[in-house]
Amino acid sequence: MSQTTPGAKLDVTGVLTGIRRMAPLSLFVVIFGLAFGVAALARGLSGFEALLMSALVFAGASQFAALELWGPEIPLLPLIATTFAINARHLLMGAAIQPWLAHLPPGQRYGSLVLMSDSNWAMAVADRQRGETNVGMLVGGGIALWLTWLLGTLLGVIFGSGITEPERFGLDVIMGCFLLAMLVGGRRDLSMLVPWGAAALAALAAMAWLPPHSHVIVGALAGGLVGLLLPASPSQEATA
Amino acid sequence: MSLPSTAMGALAAIVIMALVTYLTRAGGVFVMSRVPIGPRVERFINAMAGSVLVAVITPMAIQGDWGARLALLATLGTMLVLRKPLPAIAAGILTAALWRL
Repeated sequence: MSQTTPGAKLDVTGVLTGIRRMAPLSLFVVIFGLAFGVAALARGLSGFEALLMSALVFAGASQFAALELWGPEIPLLPLIATTFAINARHLLMGAAIQPWLAHLPPGQRYGSLVLMSDSNWAMAVADRQRGETNVGMLVGGGIALWLTWLLGTLLGVIFGSGITEPERFGLDVIMGCFLLAMLVGGRRDLSMLVPWGAAALAALAAMAWLPPHSHVIVGALAGGLVGLLLPASPSQEATA
Repeated sequence: MSLPSTAMGALAAIVIMALVTYLTRAGGVFVMSRVPIGPRVERFINAMAGSVLVAVITPMAIQGDWGARLALLATLGTMLVLRKPLPAIAAGILTAALWRL
């Protein structure tokens, strides 16, 4: 990668191109959205609440994890901490494209981050490495993903409202299976098994001895700290 | 401190989640333009990102019935072999449904 950053611009043409390029991929998002809609209804959210969460939060894993906390009462601190910890990867993604976005005026810079998620970010990064100056992939790709995520949630809400016993069809396990698939599907790095193991043990200990719902925060912090203390893996040193 | 899951409580929870999530989306750009994010912070965040999922899933495996446990195993197995989330999640749902027939 060269140190000379190309400029950056954001225009309607680039955004439309971004939408078109993301369209085929975003069809898969409909199915994930559908799964979220069904799971949300099974956890007692109203259809409107499920749609609103998909529209405003637009981050699958944290939405599924929030369902786990949903009940007659919603614990505020665990909700904030879980949402932050799951979405903390955005911090690194944003940091990686900061030199590029720095060329945009602040309004466009922070506006174009509203719909940043894994796949449109990845495609935008690939664009930039090819020397592309147009940030349209980030914004347009985000719009395509947002629309299909919302459409999927709507279909899930319609479909889910016809199901009275979600457990019978195995629909109560969607949440856990989705999160597990996200965990295993991320970057393959066996050294992560150590912090993950620490997280599991810490979460179990917190469940036994600490207040309800604290196990998520305790597990996330324990895993993060163990990861910090581990020696950097060769691949990380290469990229650092 | 918790919110009642009434219409207003749920709305507040969703808005708070949305704000926290936008904070993570914009935060990396905001912080990076002032202080570079070092490898240690990166290691912490990378390890935490997976750990929080582990911490959410673990109780499901411990407290769930065998349908839920086998569903997680099916998802894990399919994911390791095919590396595609959709078939992995479908395998999990199917396993739970079949177990509970």
